[in-house]
Amino acid sequence: MTRFAPASDFRRPVDDTYQLAYFRFSPLDDERYVLTNQAGEYLVLPRAVLASFVKHELPSTHPAYSRLRSRQFLFDASSNLGRDLLALKVRTKAKRLENFTSLHIMVVSLRCEHSCPYCQVSRQSEDRSAFDMSEETAEKALALIFQSPSPAIKIEFQGGEPLLNFPLIQHVVRRGEEINQVAGRSLQFVITTNLAVVTDEILEFCRQHSVLISTSLDGPAALHNANRPRPGKNSYELAVAGIHKARNVLGHERVSALMTTTKASLSQVRTIIDEYVSLQFPGIFLRPLSPYGFAVKTKFYAAYDVDRWLDFYFEGLNYVLELNRSGIPFKEFYAATILTKMLTPFEPGYVDLMSPAGIGISAVVYNYDASVYASDEARMLAEMGDKTFLLGNVHQNTYAEIFGADALLDPIEQSFAGSVPMCSECAYEPFCGSDPVFHTATHGDFVGLKTRSSFCNRNMSIFKRLIALMESDDATRELFLSWAN
Amino acid sequence: MLRLSGFASSAYIEQSAPRSALRLVTSPTGPNPNPNHDAYLFRGKTSDPGCQWVVTFEEHQAEAEKLFSDRRLIVLPDYFSYLGEGDVIRFAPDRKAVRVLFRKEANANYFLVTERCNHLCLMCSQPPKDVDDRWLAREIIDVLPLLPATTPFLGITGGEPTLVGEDFFEILSCARDHLPSTPIHILSNGRTFKDRAFAQRYQAIGHRRLSVGIPIYSADPEVHDYVVQSKGAFDETIRGIMNLKAVGAEVEIRVVVHKQTYAGLADLSDFIFRNLTFVDHVTFMGLEITGFTRANMDKLWMDPYDYRSELRAAVQYLAAARINVSVYNHQLCLLDGSIHQYAKRSISDWKNEYADECASCSLRNRCGGFFSSSSLARSSHIAAFQ
Ligand code: SF4
Ligand code: SF4
Repeated sequence: MTRFAPASDFRRPVDDTYQLAYFRFSPLDDERYVLTNQAGEYLVLPRAVLASFVKHELPSTHPAYSRLRSRQFLFDASSNLGRDLLALKVRTKAKRLENFTSLHIMVVSLRCEHSCPYCQVSRQSEDRSAFDMSEETAEKALALIFQSPSPAIKIEFQGGEPLLNFPLIQHVVRRGEEINQVAGRSLQFVITTNLAVVTDEILEFCRQHSVLISTSLDGPAALHNANRPRPGKNSYELAVAGIHKARNVLGHERVSALMTTTKASLSQVRTIIDEYVSLQFPGIFLRPLSPYGFAVKTKFYAAYDVDRWLDFYFEGLNYVLELNRSGIPFKEFYAATILTKMLTPFEPGYVDLMSPAGIGISAVVYNYDASVYASDEARMLAEMGDKTFLLGNVHQNTYAEIFGADALLDPIEQSFAGSVPMCSECAYEPFCGSDPVFHTATHGDFVGLKTRSSFCNRNMSIFKRLIALMESDDATRELFLSWAN
Repeated sequence: MLRLSGFASSAYIEQSAPRSALRLVTSPTGPNPNPNHDAYLFRGKTSDPGCQWVVTFEEHQAEAEKLFSDRRLIVLPDYFSYLGEGDVIRFAPDRKAVRVLFRKEANANYFLVTERCNHLCLMCSQPPKDVDDRWLAREIIDVLPLLPATTPFLGITGGEPTLVGEDFFEILSCARDHLPSTPIHILSNGRTFKDRAFAQRYQAIGHRRLSVGIPIYSADPEVHDYVVQSKGAFDETIRGIMNLKAVGAEVEIRVVVHKQTYAGLADLSDFIFRNLTFVDHVTFMGLEITGFTRANMDKLWMDPYDYRSELRAAVQYLAAARINVSVYNHQLCLLDGSIHQYAKRSISDWKNEYADECASCSLRNRCGGFFSSSSLARSSHIAAFQ
């Protein structure tokens, strides 16, 4: 008869020692703390358990002990894998850095037939020569784009209204495809447009070249039209008609929409979401209003503070959860991005939530006038007169000069969250970012003071809420996991 | 249940002759005749291919004795009458023992490489023996060339198949040469692969459809080590998996669900996704009441109905994480409806059965049913779907 050893033979003595791994902890609420390891995995523990854990007093029989060990918050004699697993995960999260810039934004025209008060950059002008990108500039930009080592390259056409300079888009798409015959990247094009001037010919071209459409939709007609004045006061009607038309030609999932939040939006989150649901979008990105450009000048930004925006955001998130519970699958994309960081081994590469900052190394902007900016927000800041993040000029500078510019490397280095005050000790740092452009706009330096940073306040509140929701309800956790992947 | 082993009723061959692997053939010209291993399967109609071996059944014994007096004749009892063209048996003359090694019609065939193992799992279905059984591996190397190139699936099991060392690689090379398009699935505890060079050599074999299934029973090393009864097993197995993925091999993680493992399924799924993200498949298996399981029923058995919510959560978690996940050896009426889509009919045909309740069940065709051994302990929640 074979003898089997009892489970106790495989357990370490209860009072055996353990070693604390490097981890961070921050309060979640009055009783509980969030702990994160180096790879961004989190655990929530009651204060008392955390206290006995850090004092090396947690008995191995405690239910939290095994979790702390399998998530590499502690090392003990039962296994010597922890460090290697952790190292592998940190490497996986950082992997995208080596690919460098994948998103390349080309501002093909600053001109626009809309006159949105919050718009950061656009111009009402017929003057093509002053505000359109030239073919020569586009050629130079393309040459730079294909010097990026990234295996995936996405070229996004922005404006103003980029369709006002459609011939240049056609040129870039054709030339890009030509260059890519040799370069062999996974190449994708997107046009960010309000769809007001879209035509069948434009859509047919997009279909032939698999170009994606990203449009603007702020909510129901009244809100959208108030936000987005244009001659005819029919921005909403044109956008919705454009969405349907574009879907018919390109396919449903090839058309996405982005909303801008204004003061008027704050009380209407449910109707905004309903609008997206009824137009059969898979989700919505509930965006904060940016502190750049005309938004600041017109006092829109100061018009509401972060707390009011957070109320708006959480009401929206709750409503989205309600929709899911009632059988309508629908995502909130900002939460989904954060959840990818929280719940998966991968890094989504969303520019605002990256540290080292994603400026330049994840996304870069080639402006209509041949200047190169570290991000879309960076060019808006420049429109306000602050050219801190101007990296160079496509006609005058080489790839090495632009991407090795002090204007890029200094802010990335100085804002690195792992070493700035508060962030370096914050349990939420693995989910957060450093956003030096935002802090330059609002605080006047790359780092800012996080206790007064609305970036910090906003994101930390969201991190806490997402974790609290998952802790309180398994179904929500499972739903969030599906958003994350 | 088919009988896969037994004894010949009579055999005309000297008792001291060595044991032989025999491929049953019915026509004079098979695809690649092999005089050492081909045995003519005689069922009363002669088309004698001139083999030195002849296999027949009791009803044709008299006739066969007359016709094949100059051959090595083996007469099988009727419970082997399902055997047919292309099947391979092993015959040991000293005890007249017969074992079916390969059935052409089977949905899956498994070859046992060795009975030795460095684990002693509480629920082992093939209790290990510390014996010198190197002949088993040699026999497989003889048999593989006898199999049809169209063989749909081949399993390599033990014991722990990697323990046979060089022979392990030789078996795989042989499979690569003779069965290049047959999926070959190895059941291993993965520990040997902790040596990166071993993993590299394995991958260098270059069989395109090679995969290895490795069990992990808990994210807690102490629980895993207890279930497999070997200290340090967890670390070596995980390192093995990491090495296999690092060299680009295909890896399946198998989790047997029972009393010692069900409570940790959520943490285990999380551990797999976060640390072993690139595994190709995760499977949750039901307990087979055989081998050591019978001796450890008190430590292992629980009604699968009672762990259905843990199993559901683990499966949904991995599915949401976009990991290929399956549930094996579970009856549909014991699973949460939301994970029916992951349940696979996986029990080998020769030991697959259904309960009385199943007769009226509308999902019977999709349900995996039971191991024949499961009559020893069966859920009290079997209920037909209407
Ligand atoms: S910005 Fe705030 S929430 Fe983000 S890491 Fe820094 S301190 Fe934490
Ligand atoms: S009643 Fe039988 S066939 Fe139906 S689900 Fe249950 S075990 Fe399967």
